[in-house]
Amino acid sequence: MMEVVLANLPALQVLLPLLTAPICFLVRKNGIAWLLAFVATLGSFVVAINLFEQVSNEGVLSYTMGGWEPPWGIEYRIDELSAFVLMLVSGIATVTLAFARKSIAKEIAPQSFALFYTALLLCLAGLLGITITGDAFNLFVFLEISSLSSYILISFGKDNRALTASFQYLIMGTIGATMLLIGIGFLYMMTGTLNMADLAARLPEVMDTNTVRAAFAFIIVGLSIKLALFPLHIWLPNAYGYAPSTVTVFLAATSTKVALYALLRFIFTIFGVEFAFGEMPLQFILIFLSVLAVFSGSLTAIFQTNIKHVLAYSSIAQIGYMMIGVALISVAGLSAGILHMFNHAIMKGCLFMALGCVYYRHGSARIEDFKGLGKTMPLTMAAFVVGGLGLIGMPLTAGFISKWYLVMAALEHGLAGAVIIFSVLAGSLLAVAYIWRVVEAAYFQAPGNDEKVEAPMALLIPTWALALATIYFGIDTQLSVGAATQAAESLMGGTP
Amino acid sequence: MIELFGGMPSYMVFFLFAVLALFTRGHLRSLLMIAAPVISGIFLWQTGQGEEISYTTQLMSYELTPFRTDKLSLLFGYLFNIAAFMAVLFSLHIKDTHQHVSGLIYAGAALGAVFAGDLITLFVFLEVMAVSSTFLIWARGTDKAIASGMRYLIIQVISGVLLLAGALFVYSDTGSLSLTQMSLDTVAGVLIFLAVGIKAAFPLMHNWVTDAYPEATPTGSVFLSIFTTKTAVYLLARGFPGEDILIYIGAIMACFPIFYAVIENDLRRVLAYSMINQIGFMVVGIGIGTELAINGAVATAFNHVIYKGLLFMSMGAVLHMTGRINGSDLGGLYKTMPKTTILCIVGAASISAFPLFSGFVSKAMIMSAVIYEGYDWIWLALLFAAAGVFHHAGIKIPYFAFFAHDSGLRPSEPPRNMLMAMGLAAALCIGIGCYPRVLYSFLPFETDYTAYDTTHVLTQMQLLCFSALAFVWLNLRGLYPPELRSTNIDVEWLYRKFLPCSIRCGMAMMKPVYNGALRLACGMVQIVFIRNLTRHHGPEGVLARTWPIGSMVLWVAVLLGFYLMLYYVL
Repeated sequence: MMEVVLANLPALQVLLPLLTAPICFLVRKNGIAWLLAFVATLGSFVVAINLFEQVSNEGVLSYTMGGWEPPWGIEYRIDELSAFVLMLVSGIATVTLAFARKSIAKEIAPQSFALFYTALLLCLAGLLGITITGDAFNLFVFLEISSLSSYILISFGKDNRALTASFQYLIMGTIGATMLLIGIGFLYMMTGTLNMADLAARLPEVMDTNTVRAAFAFIIVGLSIKLALFPLHIWLPNAYGYAPSTVTVFLAATSTKVALYALLRFIFTIFGVEFAFGEMPLQFILIFLSVLAVFSGSLTAIFQTNIKHVLAYSSIAQIGYMMIGVALISVAGLSAGILHMFNHAIMKGCLFMALGCVYYRHGSARIEDFKGLGKTMPLTMAAFVVGGLGLIGMPLTAGFISKWYLVMAALEHGLAGAVIIFSVLAGSLLAVAYIWRVVEAAYFQAPGNDEKVEAPMALLIPTWALALATIYFGIDTQLSVGAATQAAESLMGGTP
Repeated sequence: MIELFGGMPSYMVFFLFAVLALFTRGHLRSLLMIAAPVISGIFLWQTGQGEEISYTTQLMSYELTPFRTDKLSLLFGYLFNIAAFMAVLFSLHIKDTHQHVSGLIYAGAALGAVFAGDLITLFVFLEVMAVSSTFLIWARGTDKAIASGMRYLIIQVISGVLLLAGALFVYSDTGSLSLTQMSLDTVAGVLIFLAVGIKAAFPLMHNWVTDAYPEATPTGSVFLSIFTTKTAVYLLARGFPGEDILIYIGAIMACFPIFYAVIENDLRRVLAYSMINQIGFMVVGIGIGTELAINGAVATAFNHVIYKGLLFMSMGAVLHMTGRINGSDLGGLYKTMPKTTILCIVGAASISAFPLFSGFVSKAMIMSAVIYEGYDWIWLALLFAAAGVFHHAGIKIPYFAFFAHDSGLRPSEPPRNMLMAMGLAAALCIGIGCYPRVLYSFLPFETDYTAYDTTHVLTQMQLLCFSALAFVWLNLRGLYPPELRSTNIDVEWLYRKFLPCSIRCGMAMMKPVYNGALRLACGMVQIVFIRNLTRHHGPEGVLARTWPIGSMVLWVAVLLGFYLMLYYVL
């Protein structure tokens, strides 16, 4: 029995949430649906940890779906990067589900609970699928699964604007997915294969055609939409801002990260560094857009009054940092980018959960609601401050580690490096500004009423789990830095 | 014992006990606070008996050395433990959690900085020191204290930033972060030199000492007087021994504060100036760089902490009992505070380097080293400085506080713990003065130096007598600068008065022109910058608005077109 399970771990990774989703929908009992969803996510987290260990011990894992050999059948392929992202996504999902039960009770009508968990599980299955698959078309399918379910999730928001936000995201997401599909179609046309490893092997022969170039442009732009890379980020603030708190936590910490993963996969594994950065002027474009993203995102965040929007714009800036790391095209830069992806997921998760706690008590998360929260919700605010310090990049928090590596990587790049270091530092200062506004309101202004209304334990425990993780990964970096460096090395090495 | 701690660096004891102190009250906390320096001291003593050690650990792929001992760092380690014990004992009577905890953290971080074997560890501990010590100033609670604490913090943070920048340069030059001797020919060396220079109160960077120390709480200023500047002296001895420029910097430091100290009314500020003067001696010693000179500088640092601590404690006791600290408000206290008076005089005698007191045995080493190396002018300058020390710290402090005109105040003796702390310091001052061998045996270099020969004792006695004569004569003739209620500010005048004032004056004079120009400039800024910023990034700005789907898609198309064009053309 155990052997069968162990042999089929890669399939289980996706199937667990995917199969639990309809069951959740069928049972319709809120408590049981939650329990099922939680157990399924926890299970997939355990699977992900197992896979991560297997990959770090034995190297790349290849699993064939239904026994069809690649490149004909669908292959699941797990290397250092995908194992790392799998662990991140399923881990965040587990914490999010622990947070979900209490949080959605205040934000969603009770009859939709089961539907909510169904959509959440589907979204998770999609994200895990994107990460684990070794097949370009399969990646598109999973992307659609996760996107469609996240449109539903966003539309659960109490505010009516959630519907518009969800609709906008739907249009943008669909355009992005379509472009990705067009790109994949072009590649299929030129090579006759969809398997990533196979594609990577066959592409060099046909590299010098306009079709491949067009495919590359379509894929980059399509994924840039999903990634919310400036200036294609416009869907993100509203989607994050009006979605239920749980959904915001989940999407902010996983969805853009997985899109980044897909982009890395296409750039480094399929097209290869030489084509992407040598023949195409991608480096300049990405660095230019990322630096703009850092400034524009941070500046806009400073002026927002809804703190959810503040954090959403800050995400855009943080995505800028990740892309800067990627665009440096060195092992150091790439590992800084991957590391920041990991650290940012934890920090942003923590911050959005703290917002969820505030939302639970006050019914909104505008700056006025934060007045005096340092007194009335001390634990929530403390977690917020920890996450905020992480965003700023204080030493001893995870954010410092990734920015440090980013600066170190940029140091190797002369003038462009100087511009990057400047924007990282300036971005950190701007982060001080938007985090300080909240801190100022919470700790230096008198509360509306002095009653202590700390959020319930069920919300505080997951929030603090991520807050402590923010500190932990700022001190013990063996896991995060080790995995990120390994992943970067294998990506730069060109082996799929 | 060592097995028990599992090789834990001794300074961790302070952080551990700081946490415990946070959660305890009353006698239990007093016990814990006293125990921290004792346990850490015992542990350090045992470490010191063994081989030199250095622990390394790996952080983010950098080799860090959080604990490294050699003779130099061990001496400062012992010193900081003794001094921390003194300061903690002195502050036991207060019931302020903030001060107790930040005092312990401050002491622990100073020890950490001394034992740090690499620049990153050093940076972290220096920053912890900066922040924790600021609380000791803020704890006074007056507006002045808050403002000067803020200035203090800003200056310390600037120093930290310089150090970190220097560390980055060192790393990119050499690929290692370890803390060793540095040269002033490299950018890294200069940056770190400036960072340490700020902490050591080099001339023109010294204002934080005279600004912040007198504003701290009575007990806080004792902590402050011990650690930050002495850590800087340690770092200079570690990183820049034998740099010629230090000799001249040190000589200036030893001389210029004398004038300010003489006219200053706030007695704790007098002590702060005299502290810069004393550090000047140490800096000269480090600059000379011979074994004798370094020994002298380190020994002076050791003694200085004890006697300057004693003086700060006696003034703290006076402030605690009377609520006043200005020379013009005090006087005649010897009648009711005889013990404090005597202890203060012991401190004064030590700082003035009377034979048989601790200052004598260490200062003589520096003076000898200066003359051996042929720096005659520097020797004269230091001689002048030594006379000045006696004048302002040796005579002025006890005279104006405890004698002079009777102020009518009749305070009682300070609490017992304060007296005990002062007694301990006084005993050390006399003990080291009489048996200097004990101190010499801990110095970084072997020495068979003897301070008590005819020349030294005679020179010093002559100096002291004539200096005393000058004070008496000036006082009798009414020529001595009277104690005035005023705040004397020196170079800090630049940023506390000149900048704000010149802006104000300039504005008043140029009002019409200025207003016009200002309006124009504001208008320009508003149009060009702010309006643009709000238009794009403001709450309703272009980038913050909800865009119509059409324009979003347009952007996608634009970007795609741009990519395709670029790819096809290239």
